Amino acid sequence: MADTFAFAEFRAGAFRKVAFETVSAARRAADATGGGAVTALAMGAPGLSGKAAELGRYGADRVIVVEHAELARYSPEVFAGTAGAQLKAGSYRAGFFSASAEGRDLAPRVAAALGQSLASDITSFEITADALTARHPVYVGKAIATLRLTGTPALVSLRPGAMVAVEQSRTAQVETAAPALDPASARVVVTELAQRPAARMDLGEAPVVISGGRGLKSAENFKLVEDLASAFGNAAVGATRAVTDDGWRPSSDQIGQTGRLVSPALYVAVGISGAIQHLAGMRTARVIVAINRDKDAPIFKVADYGIVGDLFEVVPPLIEAVKRARAEHQ
Amino acid sequence: MKIAVCLKRVPDTEMRFAIAADGTSLDSAGLKYDISDFDGYAVEIALRLNEQQGPGEVVVVALGPDALQETLRKALSMGVDRGIHLQADPVPYDGFSIAQALASELAGQGFDLILFGRVATDTGNGMVGPMTAHLMDLPCVTAISRLEIAAGKGTAHRELEGATETVTFPLPAILTIDEGIARPRLPSLKGIMAAKKKPIESRPAALGPVRLTVDRLELPPERAGGRIVGEGPDAVPELVRLLHEEAKVL
Ligand SMILES: Cc1cc2nc3c(=O)[nH]c(=O)nc-3n(C[C@H](O)[C@H](O)[C@H](O)COP(=O)(O)OP(=O)(O)OC[C@H]3O[C@@H](n4cnc5c(N)ncnc54)[C@H](O)[C@@H]3O)c2cc1C
Ligand SMILES: Nc1ncnc2c1ncn2[C@@H]1O[C@H](COP(=O)(O)O)[C@@H](O)[C@H]1O
Repeated sequence: MADTFAFAEFRAGAFRKVAFETVSAARRAADATGGGAVTALAMGAPGLSGKAAELGRYGADRVIVVEHAELARYSPEVFAGTAGAQLKAGSYRAGFFSASAEGRDLAPRVAAALGQSLASDITSFEITADALTARHPVYVGKAIATLRLTGTPALVSLRPGAMVAVEQSRTAQVETAAPALDPASARVVVTELAQRPAARMDLGEAPVVISGGRGLKSAENFKLVEDLASAFGNAAVGATRAVTDDGWRPSSDQIGQTGRLVSPALYVAVGISGAIQHLAGMRTARVIVAINRDKDAPIFKVADYGIVGDLFEVVPPLIEAVKRARAEHQ
Repeated sequence: MKIAVCLKRVPDTEMRFAIAADGTSLDSAGLKYDISDFDGYAVEIALRLNEQQGPGEVVVVALGPDALQETLRKALSMGVDRGIHLQADPVPYDGFSIAQALASELAGQGFDLILFGRVATDTGNGMVGPMTAHLMDLPCVTAISRLEIAAGKGTAHRELEGATETVTFPLPAILTIDEGIARPRLPSLKGIMAAKKKPIESRPAALGPVRLTVDRLELPPERAGGRIVGEGPDAVPELVRLLHEEAKVL
């Protein structure tokens, strides 16, 4: 019997989707190694404890809540110190983090604090009593490595969206704990968190991503991409580097080798050529659609469905058709 | 300021890849190597900081086979003062093992800043920087997209999902560099000539134990892609039907 650990991200009064993914993965790992208990750690501002039991729905048996007025924002040293101390206090076979912006910062710090390595940004895993194997895209997605991680606890971070959170009803027992170090003593301090106008879903969490490339010709024309995203409802908007370089979209919207890595259920590439560096960020999407007027554009090689044509003629009727389809099938 | 930049020599990902006979590495035939993307940005930032803030020293540190001296030399030709080569062949995949070697090399040398790439383009790990910081007990800010240094203190921006974080930290510190700060300069002819006379020290790397290895390396499954639904607006109804009935995403 092996117990497992999950770090559950909490932000702005709610658990993030990636929290359910890590808890669900920890549940699967515990079940695969004889059915131990799953402990989730959640850190945030007061108010968090009232939500903590939600993690039971994804398989947590115990939730450790660390509430502190100073923890409304991520604090790398306090979060890593506390997660490290909690992992040391138990006897866990494995610990799961998300490879989200927060988790990518947190997980390697925790691993080093435990003197362990880390299987980072993995898309699937198998675990036994003595080894964890995991798949992870390397060389900017041009190859897939199967990694073997030894050492206990085996620490991993999960690519957001790559593993589905599975609901299962458990009743999680909620405990509270103090941060392992006083937030006032942290050397690295987040002094400001400027939310970008978040009319839309986050790129890492949205089941649908609509991305635009240079084919859109101007920042104003991105309205077409926005409108297509609105038609889907559950969509985020992404862009190529050509577009973020020109300042049509913020650099945080960039998808690819040097931008965000996304794995949505549906990725729609509008006026995007499909350069290798762009493909690196989206080729693991389940379904890819491409709209491009050049039938030889490399994006068509990875697209499940392509339309060859002028995006300014194709996208407007597509927006209407998607709206109609959603109205019909809901 | 005295600034170190840890840089990795990686295969150019524009090349065509094949898997070697051992099934766990790339076939090296025909590969070209260069400085990993984000590490190039880190070199540029180090050079600019010292150009703006008066004299200092920029040192590049790389762990790997002898062939990486050529990569170090490229950084020297961009304007870096000297190089340190930590010998290891092959380079372990385990970032914690590498971090231990870098931490023991960098300790006690009085660097004000130690810069890393946010993530190496070969491993896709993004761990060596923050792990080295933990081992050296230095404050660390990862994935920064903007940096200001004044009076022994730093302010950086980090791009998160849907938000920008402003972070302050004291020096000395470890930073990992995201894109967007500064495109790396190209070596000038003068720089290339000057680099020939700059020193590169070489010594064995004090790697930590290796607990993360590559069992298997594969090329990604070819996507079934390439299916053109049709041309122009007339293809829209068929696309929507396929998305609903076949792909079940609508
Ligand atoms: C080190 C490095 C890192 C990089 N990292 C990234 C990264 O992270 N992300 C990224 O995206 N790129 C990255 N790039 C850049 C990448 O190589 C490409 O330059 C970029 O992705 C191209 O963007 P694009 O497809 O928008 O533009 P283009 O390549 O110019 O393609 C525009 C496409 O739009 C089509 N088009 C034009 N007009 C219309 C129309 N009216 N209707 C329909 N189609 C039309 C054209 O046929 C063309 O295929 C990187 C490059 C380097 C060297
Ligand atoms: N072998 C190495 N030599 C020098 N620096 C390295 C090496 N491996 C990784 N790094 C640094 O650590 C960063 C992150 O690497 P990784 O954790 O492998 O993604 C790189 O961008 C480099 O700055």
